[in-house]
Amino acid sequence: MLVIEDLHVKVGDREVLKGLNLEIKSGETFILFGPNGSGKTSLLMTLMGFSGYKVVKGKIIFKGKDITNLPVYERARMGIGMSFQRPPTIHGLKTRDLVQMCAKYAQNKEIDVLNLAKKVNFLDFLDRDINSGFSGGEIKRSELLQLMAQQPDLLLFDEPESGVDLENMALIGKIVKNLLRGNGESPRPDVPMKELKKIRQVSGLIITHTGYILDYVNADRGQVLMNGQLCCEGRPRDILEHISKFGYKECVRCLNK
Amino acid sequence: MSEQIKIDRFKLEGMEVEQDLQQFVSKYKEELEMAGIVVNELERSGTYLHLNQNPLQCKSHQSGLEILDIKDALSKYDGLPDYYWKAVDKNKDEYTKLAASKVHGGYFIRVSKNVKIKDPVQSCLFIKDENVGQSVHNIVVVEEGAEVHIITGCATSHKVKSALHLGISEFFLKKGAKLTFTMVHNWGEQVEVRPRTVGILEQDAVFQSNYILLKPVKIVQSFPVVYLNGSGAVARFNSILVATPGSYINSGNKIVLNAPNTRGEIISRAITTGGEIIAPGVIEANNVPAKGHLECKGLILNDGVIHAIPELKGTRSGVELSHEAAVGKIAQEEIEYLMARGLDEDEATSTIVRGFMNVDIMGLPLKLKQAIDKIIAETEKDMF
Ligand SMILES: Nc1ncnc2c1ncn2[C@@H]1O[C@H](COP(=O)(O)OP(=O)(O)OP(=O)(O)O)[C@@H](O)[C@H]1O
Ligand SMILES: [Mg+2]
Repeated sequence: MLVIEDLHVKVGDREVLKGLNLEIKSGETFILFGPNGSGKTSLLMTLMGFSGYKVVKGKIIFKGKDITNLPVYERARMGIGMSFQRPPTIHGLKTRDLVQMCAKYAQNKEIDVLNLAKKVNFLDFLDRDINSGFSGGEIKRSELLQLMAQQPDLLLFDEPESGVDLENMALIGKIVKNLLRGNGESPRPDVPMKELKKIRQVSGLIITHTGYILDYVNADRGQVLMNGQLCCEGRPRDILEHISKFGYKECVRCLNK
Repeated sequence: MSEQIKIDRFKLEGMEVEQDLQQFVSKYKEELEMAGIVVNELERSGTYLHLNQNPLQCKSHQSGLEILDIKDALSKYDGLPDYYWKAVDKNKDEYTKLAASKVHGGYFIRVSKNVKIKDPVQSCLFIKDENVGQSVHNIVVVEEGAEVHIITGCATSHKVKSALHLGISEFFLKKGAKLTFTMVHNWGEQVEVRPRTVGILEQDAVFQSNYILLKPVKIVQSFPVVYLNGSGAVARFNSILVATPGSYINSGNKIVLNAPNTRGEIISRAITTGGEIIAPGVIEANNVPAKGHLECKGLILNDGVIHAIPELKGTRSGVELSHEAAVGKIAQEEIEYLMARGLDEDEATSTIVRGFMNVDIMGLPLKLKQAIDKIIAETEKDMF
């Protein structure tokens, strides 16, 4: 699904990613850890193609195609979707209308916005301007709602659990899980797991500090991003346990090996 | 650009027209509808139509709602001594002087005490011939506890290039009265426009003005002022301005908070695609407690000038006045956020611009909102 080769990225004059190699296979979910400022968000922004994140070396391959220089919308239409950590407010653009627009390039264009919104407990926000005065937890649900309409094949989540209360955590966990299962809005008990994977293979890249999301998704692999470099590959739960015990200093040693 | 007008170019006399109402309405249906006029008067409580230099229709469908041509009102009410030139200063400038010397018409609208008019009153000041100078004088009196929404569409026929519109408007809101005044301007590329508007609000009166200018115009120079003289009065100005190449728009508002517990708000959205917009906003507070907020946002697409001039003046300790103004281009971050949802750059840009011009806060009736959405869609085509 996604292959990253020797990726070097500059923000302004500063190199924030320094030679990343990573592969995420179809149907796989990858967890990204790393201290504040290590470049995690920058990686997602680069994958999505945001200006300001300049690839100075290396390439990004998605579904077998080199997308390193493609504009943002083409990547989105090819099937990359991202949940933003701090999305901008757009005045005069109703959440309802944006969700509807998200479905325009999805496999299933006929979406029922009300029904989707109900699932993320977001009905009351549909008539509000997108992200205008949304709380941290509301932003998360709004981002998920847009992704449910968009139905991407590669999902990029930037800290889906930060700022979310316990009750909503369960809700968000469930939705993220469903999105990653490739059946987007609703579980499909009628179709066996194996069959489902054949219908649509969805991959995920999730940034987390707390690891709460691991209670909900079936994550295969994880790695730590330190100072713009990846290290310490392992099972996400093991990595999390390690970080909570020893902090990131072990990772530094690992990097310097 | 000079804001002076060469007045001699325009014919201020002799452009009266004998026209059959039905003929007029069917001939200029499109222009009228674009100016927010519902031709069959469905869901309208009254209509005033003025063509070139004489009134054409003057009709109220509701008791407690009086609609007269200003000349008739002046003779019926002995020159309207309490109202005529009582809000606007006759000697303010050469245009008020000119308007005072030559009145072609205009409406006198009065809503009786405690009468709440549900459907809007519509009016249209229309110019159909080249080089017409039109001078109208409007007076609105909303008596104690009464409510009304007046929609005024000013327009020229498609074929008119050059014309002059002088418009004096005086609003009087008595205790607890409520007036929503919506103005849609659809002028031609060489039309010069000089409205002069003043409102006076008594205790607990509520005034809301909506001003929509999306079409090309040569010069608009307008600066409505409202005085909140009674405690608890509230005033709010919303405006949406678009300056196409060659347009020069100097459009601002002023709110004067003269009594305790008054509130004022000025919200303007300006877009230039090559023209020039001067957007002054003034809130002055001379009593406490008084609150005012001014918000001016400008988008420069392509070229053009936007000059936002927010101004706050407090003369007593304890007034709360604030403003925010921003002029620039569309934030790249917003464009890319939408692109990440699959919209290409043009779609993203126009979605943001449409949001910017959103008129939802104006609370307009459906038909008018549809007419405006149509103009916005048309305007948008020429933007990028
Ligand atoms: N637009 C920008 N302008 C300037 N510096 C930036 C910009 N974006 C990122 N950086 C810098 O790049 C580094 C990596 O930032 P990034 O947001 O990717 O970190 P992160 O790993 O997501 O951190 P956190 O866990 O706090 O979210 C930081 O030092 C940050 O200040
Ligand atoms: Mg981050």
